[in-house]
Amino acid sequence: MSDLLPTLTSEQLTAIYLSLRVGFTATLFSLPVAVLVAFILARGTFPGKTLLDAVVHLPLVLPPVVTGLILLLLFGRRGPIGAFLYDHFGIVFAFRWTGAALASAVMGFPLMVRAIRLSIEAVDVRLEQAAATLGAPRLAVFFLITLPLAAPGLMAGAVLGFAKALGEFGATITFVSNIPGETRTIPAEIYVLTQTPGGDYDAMVMSAVSAALAIGALVISEFLARRMRIESRGLSS
Amino acid sequence: MIAVDVKIARGDFSLEIAFDSASKITALFGHSGSGKTTLIELISGLARPDSGRIEVAGRVLVDTAKKVFIPARKRGIGLVFQDAQLFPHFSVAQNLRFAAFFAPKDARKLPFARVVDTLGIGHLMKRRPAQLSGGERQRVGVARALMSAPRLLLMDEPFASIDVSRRTKAMELVERARDEFDTPVVLVSHQIEEVMRLAGTVVMIERGRVVEVGAPEDIFATAREDTPADRFGVGASLACGAADFDARYRLTRLHHPAGDIFIPDRIPPARETRVFIKSVDVTLARRPPPDTSIRTILRGKVASIATGKGPLAMASIELDGGEKLFCALTRMAVDDLGLVPGAEVFCLVKAVALDERQVETV
Repeated sequence: MSDLLPTLTSEQLTAIYLSLRVGFTATLFSLPVAVLVAFILARGTFPGKTLLDAVVHLPLVLPPVVTGLILLLLFGRRGPIGAFLYDHFGIVFAFRWTGAALASAVMGFPLMVRAIRLSIEAVDVRLEQAAATLGAPRLAVFFLITLPLAAPGLMAGAVLGFAKALGEFGATITFVSNIPGETRTIPAEIYVLTQTPGGDYDAMVMSAVSAALAIGALVISEFLARRMRIESRGLSS
Repeated sequence: MIAVDVKIARGDFSLEIAFDSASKITALFGHSGSGKTTLIELISGLARPDSGRIEVAGRVLVDTAKKVFIPARKRGIGLVFQDAQLFPHFSVAQNLRFAAFFAPKDARKLPFARVVDTLGIGHLMKRRPAQLSGGERQRVGVARALMSAPRLLLMDEPFASIDVSRRTKAMELVERARDEFDTPVVLVSHQIEEVMRLAGTVVMIERGRVVEVGAPEDIFATAREDTPADRFGVGASLACGAADFDARYRLTRLHHPAGDIFIPDRIPPARETRVFIKSVDVTLARRPPPDTSIRTILRGKVASIATGKGPLAMASIELDGGEKLFCALTRMAVDDLGLVPGAEVFCLVKAVALDERQVETV
């Protein structure tokens, strides 16, 4: 039975492991920021809101190579942010897997914000007002009312971000290159395989793996979102 | 209890409201679009007036001249939304505990069990709001507002989502909330029946302005032509005891302390039956009329008569047994019959004007 399954080389396994690690890291760190930005965009009224909205959406409309280049300029060892982070915290992004996670996070960010913003906008403002009239401070309203009610959207946003991270290629390869074991994620591995004579079969296997991961993430999120919706409607008890 | 003097402009709509009321229950009465909702937002702190002052139970909540604006969460106003606005992801018990948890620490908190008991929601504690009926949701909404130890209970059309047949019971609950918990109430409504029954003071609002402030009997007198209150909506609900059914004539006879009330067809027997009698269906006589087709004759005394310069008047009758009945009549009839407070009268009600839609059984 196991003979029928395609065997994966250690390079391929490394790439899969790296992709998952990059994806999880990117999602984990960008989710709180995305929630904050989505909340500001959904509920805030302030001058410059349109500008913030545009900046958030930039990675979606710019060529990924350009985004990668901007990241390289900003977060490279000699870039203004990169130099600061290295000098003060010893954090390095350039040509490291952390850089791949950063690139994926930035690329997935607009998708995440979009999904979360929609779900926050769908929460009835009057529920938040009701909580306020009962004496709840703003943070309590946010964490006890808004966030739980927007949870399915948070889930969707996280999965979108994760799936995007798994598939990110252009910005990543520009920013952190294509170093085996460090920054060679699944898409980079597939690209390399297609450039290698006789690598087509392996490229197809990796493509299947990447499709399976993406679909798996969607299925899990759909399942969780449905459970959350049922719970909030109170049909489960 | 409450003093309001506010101005706010929003697009085409402008609101300029000033009134004060010392009643335990004050009703803000007006048709939709009159500015009631905006007024609720202003009192509860969900909106800010362009200018003005709001004072509740001796505490200034807004005073634009002195730059005072207390945010909603610190006002201690228990707002009962029209559609309850229960938190859908919490159970009923969690909704109530949320309110209790954030109630001001120094406030006189109401015991959980007593609130639950008074509103009769003990059996609903584990349910989610989605599993409740409209009326149940509303009761939980009132309970939740009470659990926040409010200085004032502000209710937006609290009975709109409750079946007509349960309204009386719901109104009793508001009265109990007022009496048992000693919380003043501001009620927003466009149901004359509710307002007549509950309110001590009515503030009538139309297109963002106060038209009139006063006791409900005076306000709903039809003497004034310019008030939107129509005499067709004014009425009183009478509690009756046992009912007999006369099979030969197919009439139900309800026993009331002031006399028997006849209603066509069979009314299912109940512990208590309430009949709503509109003011326009009542005729007054000084002596029991000898030959009349009218079967329902109720004895009582004139409590008050509201008149003005218009053609009509509204008499409030205290029936034997203490219940109130309203009668719309002409000002001419008031003078011809010499109707003054204290005068003994017989209230004639045509049975054909009543049917099961006016009857509520408990």
